[in-house]
Amino acid sequence: MSDLAWINAAITAARPQAVGALLRYFRDLDTAEEAFQDACLRALKTWPQNGPPRDPAAWLIMVGRNAALDGVRKRSRHTELPPEEVLSDLGDQEERAVEQVDASDYRDDVLRLLFICCHPDLPATQQIAMALRIVSGLTVKQIARAFLVSEAAMEQRITRAKRIVAEGDADFETPGAVERAERLAAVAAMIYLVFNEGYSAGDNPARAQLCGEAIRLGRLLLRLFQAEPEIMGLLALMLVQHARTPARFDAEGQIVLLDDQDRGLWDRGMIAEGLALIDKAMRHRRPGAYQVQAAIAALHVRAPTPADTDWAQIDALYANLERLTPSPVITLNRAVAVSKVAGPEAALTMIEPLADRLSGYFHFHGLKGALNLELGREAEARAAFGRAIALANTAAEAAHIRQHLDRLMADHHPTVREPGAARG
Amino acid sequence: MLYALLCYNDEATVWSWDKAQESEVMDRLGAVRARLEKQGKLGPSLRLLPTTAATTLRKSDPPLVLDGPFAETKEQLLGFYIIDVADLDEAIAVAKDLGEANPGGSYEIRPLAVYNAGADLRVSA
Repeated sequence: MSDLAWINAAITAARPQAVGALLRYFRDLDTAEEAFQDACLRALKTWPQNGPPRDPAAWLIMVGRNAALDGVRKRSRHTELPPEEVLSDLGDQEERAVEQVDASDYRDDVLRLLFICCHPDLPATQQIAMALRIVSGLTVKQIARAFLVSEAAMEQRITRAKRIVAEGDADFETPGAVERAERLAAVAAMIYLVFNEGYSAGDNPARAQLCGEAIRLGRLLLRLFQAEPEIMGLLALMLVQHARTPARFDAEGQIVLLDDQDRGLWDRGMIAEGLALIDKAMRHRRPGAYQVQAAIAALHVRAPTPADTDWAQIDALYANLERLTPSPVITLNRAVAVSKVAGPEAALTMIEPLADRLSGYFHFHGLKGALNLELGREAEARAAFGRAIALANTAAEAAHIRQHLDRLMADHHPTVREPGAARG
Repeated sequence: MLYALLCYNDEATVWSWDKAQESEVMDRLGAVRARLEKQGKLGPSLRLLPTTAATTLRKSDPPLVLDGPFAETKEQLLGFYIIDVADLDEAIAVAKDLGEANPGGSYEIRPLAVYNAGADLRVSA
């Protein structure tokens, strides 16, 4: 790997901690970001010459703080810090500089930074854009490409989001236990939003990259809160779902259903990590929505072939999930398992009461069509698929339903669906 | 003499590599590994999942099971190689070769006291 690539990776990894600490010093997001940018520029100049520092985050915090303070008149209450030329790879100097960064604040710094992005006044898409810009450090251009909007529009959206956050009262005090737990739950939800934005992207590579980013943030969060089973569950869920990505689309970008996926293409490393995390989480005996969803995803990837899938266990887990977080979408997902265990008729009966609440939901009509098709009720199937096509979110979704309709025309009865397609 | 080369690096950085960086490093490491294996100098080598997947058992009475790695450190144990070389100089030379293929972090070069090959577990890895 070249110097530049290594430095980029180190800066990306250090970013949440560094920006989080700088935000605590300056209590202003723009100042913190500018200070971090300055520090990165200096890192690009200094690190190739002096070698990488032992603690890149601490280095960037120090240098960023100095850089920002250079702009204004240095106030006496700030300790003088050594210039960055001597900071890099000079054992003693660096150790002392690092000590000046209060390590115990690290966890709360990163959590605060993430939490700021999920400000309740921000709509979901803006939360995602903020997290990608501020925590992950993606460029506005990269984010705009992921959301298929112009760079100017995305710039505007992020600026607006930052203003809302700045007007709000970001809390810079050390959070109490209850507050910390609340922040953690909000941040976990935001990270899963980022993941889903990528997961539902079809084969748009710019957006699919968001899955990897969400997983990185999940690992970061779990490193900070190592004994939280729901964070283990969240990371496991994302890993196991993302592991299937190489098999989810064919060469033409068409959706390949779970049953039809080449299981040899699944990423075994990610699956191993996900399963290990589920194992760890279960030991805590504090089930939560992410853990149960991860356990469901795990049952799918544990099956060597679709026929080996433990649908009865999946049905039981969905029943659990319905109890933890009741939602029609979860019931809809459960109906897929029910159709495998008790047949399509039972599944149809189960989703019938959802018709009102899910009338505008692509997957509801898709499943209804598939179940009717299985029962040989072609007219009902055709009607449901027609509704689904009108509600498709991506070209790939529409094309997938179109296939069903085409097969219907050809009087062919497929029985495959992607059970994970409608996720809660 | 048997040595373990214990690989330490900042896991947040290593697990931030994108696919291209990852495969570039793995290709280069693969070449070094193949050469060492051919010379009969490289035994088992393995890569660990991130410390977030780790659990620690403290052998207290009663034993305590904790989530996470044994110690919170700036750099984490990411994997290791077992090598069979003439002396420490050669062990350092091997470490340098591997380090050239995969810059960043450190190798702790640690002589082995006991080596049990055990069963061949490759099927499940």
